Amino acid sequence: MRKLTLAIAVIAPMLGHAASAEDTVKIGYIDPLSGGGASVGEGGLKTFQYLADELNAKGGILGHKIEILPLDNKTNPQESLVQAQKAIDAGAHYVTQGNGSSVGAALEDFVTKHNTRNPGKEVLYFNYAAVDPSLTNEKCSFWHFRWDASSDIKMEALTNYMKDVPSIKKVYLINQDYSFGQSVRSDARKMLGAKRPDVQIVGDELHPLLKVTDFSPYIAKIKASGADSVVTGNWGQDFALLLKAAADAGLKVNWYTYYAGGAGGPTAIKQTGLDHQVFQISEGIPNSGNQAAMDFEKAFRAKVNLSLWYPRAVNEMHMFKAAAEKANSIDPVKVAAALEDMKFEVLDGGQGIMRKDDHQFFQPIYISSFGKLAANEPFDEENTGWGWHIVSRVDTPQAMVSTTCKMTRP
Amino acid sequence: MLELIVISTLNGVLFGMLLFLLSSGLTVIFSMMGVLNFAHASFYMLGAFFGFQLTKWIGFWPALVLAPLLVGAIGMAVERYGLRNTHKHGHVAELLLTFGLAFAIEEIVSMIWGKSPLDYRVPALLDFPAFTIFSTNYPAYKIFMLAVSVIIFVALLIVLKRTRVGLIVQAALTHPHMVGHLGHNVGRVFMAVFGVGSALAALAGVIAGPALVTQSDMAASLGPILFVVIVFGGLGSLPGAFIASLVIGLVQTFAVALDGSLASAFGPLDPSSGPSVLTDVWNVTIAQVAPIVPYVLLVLILIVRPMGLMGTRET
Amino acid sequence: MTTAATSTSKMAAEPAGGLRFYGVWLLGILVLIVLPMIFSSGGSLTSFSLIGIAIVFALSYNILLGQTGLLSFGHAVHYGLGGFAACHMMNAVVSHGWPIPLPFIPLFGGLGGLAFAVIIGWVMTKRAGTVFAMISLGIGELVASSSLILRSVFGGESGITTDRTALPKMLGWSFGPQLQVYYLIAFWLVLSAIAMYALTRTPLGRICNAVRDNPERVQFIGYDPHVVRYIAFCFAGFFAGIAGGLAAINFEIANSAYLGAIQSGLVLFSTFIGGTAFFFGPILGAILVTYLQLGLTNLTTAWQLYFGIIFIGIVMYSPGGIAGLLMMHRPLIRAGTLWTVIPSYLVAVVPTVALACGVILAIETVARFSGGDPINLFGIAFIATSPVTWLTAAILVVGGFFVARLAWRRIAEAWDKAATVARDRGYLA
Repeated sequence: MRKLTLAIAVIAPMLGHAASAEDTVKIGYIDPLSGGGASVGEGGLKTFQYLADELNAKGGILGHKIEILPLDNKTNPQESLVQAQKAIDAGAHYVTQGNGSSVGAALEDFVTKHNTRNPGKEVLYFNYAAVDPSLTNEKCSFWHFRWDASSDIKMEALTNYMKDVPSIKKVYLINQDYSFGQSVRSDARKMLGAKRPDVQIVGDELHPLLKVTDFSPYIAKIKASGADSVVTGNWGQDFALLLKAAADAGLKVNWYTYYAGGAGGPTAIKQTGLDHQVFQISEGIPNSGNQAAMDFEKAFRAKVNLSLWYPRAVNEMHMFKAAAEKANSIDPVKVAAALEDMKFEVLDGGQGIMRKDDHQFFQPIYISSFGKLAANEPFDEENTGWGWHIVSRVDTPQAMVSTTCKMTRP
Repeated sequence: MLELIVISTLNGVLFGMLLFLLSSGLTVIFSMMGVLNFAHASFYMLGAFFGFQLTKWIGFWPALVLAPLLVGAIGMAVERYGLRNTHKHGHVAELLLTFGLAFAIEEIVSMIWGKSPLDYRVPALLDFPAFTIFSTNYPAYKIFMLAVSVIIFVALLIVLKRTRVGLIVQAALTHPHMVGHLGHNVGRVFMAVFGVGSALAALAGVIAGPALVTQSDMAASLGPILFVVIVFGGLGSLPGAFIASLVIGLVQTFAVALDGSLASAFGPLDPSSGPSVLTDVWNVTIAQVAPIVPYVLLVLILIVRPMGLMGTRET
Repeated sequence: MTTAATSTSKMAAEPAGGLRFYGVWLLGILVLIVLPMIFSSGGSLTSFSLIGIAIVFALSYNILLGQTGLLSFGHAVHYGLGGFAACHMMNAVVSHGWPIPLPFIPLFGGLGGLAFAVIIGWVMTKRAGTVFAMISLGIGELVASSSLILRSVFGGESGITTDRTALPKMLGWSFGPQLQVYYLIAFWLVLSAIAMYALTRTPLGRICNAVRDNPERVQFIGYDPHVVRYIAFCFAGFFAGIAGGLAAINFEIANSAYLGAIQSGLVLFSTFIGGTAFFFGPILGAILVTYLQLGLTNLTTAWQLYFGIIFIGIVMYSPGGIAGLLMMHRPLIRAGTLWTVIPSYLVAVVPTVALACGVILAIETVARFSGGDPINLFGIAFIATSPVTWLTAAILVVGGFFVARLAWRRIAEAWDKAATVARDRGYLA
């Protein structure tokens, strides 16, 4: 009896999938769609599906329709490799992924090995959010392209902003104890030390990833250190709980963050009432002032009912189209060649470039703060009534870093 | 230094009391029925989500009463239609049933309320700093949590040790047939106990929801630590769980505050030796390992004293 | 086919039992060889490889749970450490130029799992029951957390990568293509399965069962249950390490996800669903759970709920797992009374399927209520927000439930009759 139940559960939804035409461009979307990371993964999926619909409405890429294959990896590297294999079986020559640098590293390795072992059946990996610098440095691969600014680029942009803010005197670093958090911490030390030697780093904390339920002891330390600014790469509950504990204890500092805008972040900031004291480094914000981007945001919100958290996904898909048209082919090898050193006008305005040396996309970076909105800022977040406000824009040349990548080309 | 000690002690006690709030129901169920309830953290999560929803409809204070009652009813249904039938297959089967239940509840919650964190706020009545020490505020809500924990501890102790109901419940565990012959409905006693345990979990959920993050993975992230508390304190011992909560709360808080490593104590290693296990161990700070300290304690106590700190029996 | 761990010697002594016994194993090997020739797509090869790994892992777990009665919440520790050992070994072979080809690597994985079991096992197996379960939970968390701290060994959360094709070739196989990896896994699967089966037939295997059932009596006859548990624990760690080594070869990566609670939970899940009382139970469970995990996750976002429901259903209605359910029918088949039950089974199918469809429809309706694709059930599209869907689901669930209850009562009656007859004819039921 139970077996039957299962058979139905497995077979029934299969019947609904219509066979898709051969000439569609299939993109395997490999991200968590269940479990803890699902809220983020679902947002990404909706974004990519919206973009596919948008491009398809305009005739697709070189006449090919785009199809996004949602594949659930549960933020697990092994599972991601299985899903990548599934995508390849389904005829995808492109996979895209963003959540988790460990997944990103596994996928980059997988794609590289797959392409060496299966010449003629190459697969490209478009990375839209895994920000570990090693992916475009020691682990770099010809088959990997990254549209998100890696964590060192964001830190370069942030420190370029901070060096002109004299009120910053004592900085406290608190990060999650894993590769991303560690690179934020070491980059911050290195870059701040070079650009603002007078700034004192009064604390440097690594805490375990997603395991801390009470941040009060950390807040007590921050308070004792006399810091005026905190730099953190925390996301998810580690960010929300950190901020709540800070607000409870009455800690008054400025927060420089990577992911304050992530799911639940804006809600947490609003709860704590830290008006324009939480800053975020990102490659674009809803209230950017760029008319085209704001129109896009409006249409996106109307249809998807989410704010556009991944402007880089828009850049990725639009640039993919441009590269395919430049190469006049949807063959991954030709698209990869066309993407190298390609210049591109990004969604929020300004020119970006996909550097040939390491396949990292460089673009203008924004420092924005979260709080009450001005009249010309129409977009709030998570129905809080508060939204992002541009504090500074760091142009592409000030947001570039060097690479150690020695790429092997086919 | 004094500042750090005072504040850390305060934080540790507050955190420990939250842990006790969460684990009291678990230890009640275990001491009365011998069931290790893996779904306990799920009942806690249900409490938080029910609390959120009811707060939206009828306000926080009614929700504080109603949500535990609802979850308690669910718990009773689980006992009546699930555990009671599995009981004959032994404790492992019971444990696995709650294991499956935890899976199902997490998914049901995320289906209904979504996977993103909810905006569950501290009630306005308690949203003010209660007192300030060394320029650090202590919100009234935390003091409220502390008070509730202590009240529950005292109330449970009195009910179990000093009342007739408590006597019957304890007797039903060791001599179910005798209690049955004396005219008590043993099945109903167990059902009530499980209901009360679940309701306590839910109460913890309603209270902890605004203080922590109300999200569909909150059960999974807190589940294991609760087991540490009740096993460390001694399976089935309420005072044991109380002490264990305090110990774990304080140890974790002080581990964060101390901020030392072997490298800071004995100086850095010779950099020429390159990365190895030794350098990893040498450079790791106490704060970094704080969350795994409870597990070290758990393993140690089980090896040295398998019944836990205050426990009286092993299984 | 005397695979029952608790089987009596009467069954083993049956005529032609040996032939049938070897027949089953040969058939299994044949299936393993032929399978990739029928389903040759990359995805199915990957699935078969994963199922093979899961079977070895689940069988190793059953040495603890089914054989010795030790409930472990941290079995993935050995699996993961085996994976890391295999990865390090592969990298060492490449960098030192040792002449060790890939097929021998899982052995090093096994040794990795064994080493940890030997070190930690003595204190862990002092007690059985809840104490052991809790220690294993603690150790599992400890090792998983430490793996992120000891970066030089475990490579942080991105783990350690390796290249299986860089090792010395064997028989001209580079082990680049998935097919060759599949055969490597199948080979080790057969080898480990035979070894683990043989283990259950040794005196050690028997005394493990005795320790599970009654440790005091084992002590009376002069064995130390602690030693027996320790040895069983080491064997389980060894075979789990082999499974981990195979996984490392398959994925060419080892990371902390191998060691974690999810992996430990999955193996418990597989073993229990399959049935712990029979040797082939964990095999069935591993196949089913891996298949579900790979297949179900793409079909519905609520796969975890289905997992939970299946698990609860099995714990409540068939604590012997799938294997137990199947083996229940054996006396009836032997007594020739199975045919009296089949009609009532057939009658029960309709309402049961209706009930299942109702439950699925209800779950999917809730899951997709806030937007999402329509639900396709047998080609009929249901819109999640339409009242028609709710009504259909409600009718199916309620109607199906009541009719199914009647039908299952009939089965129980028919079953009782058939079992009585079987018992009268001298077959145990």
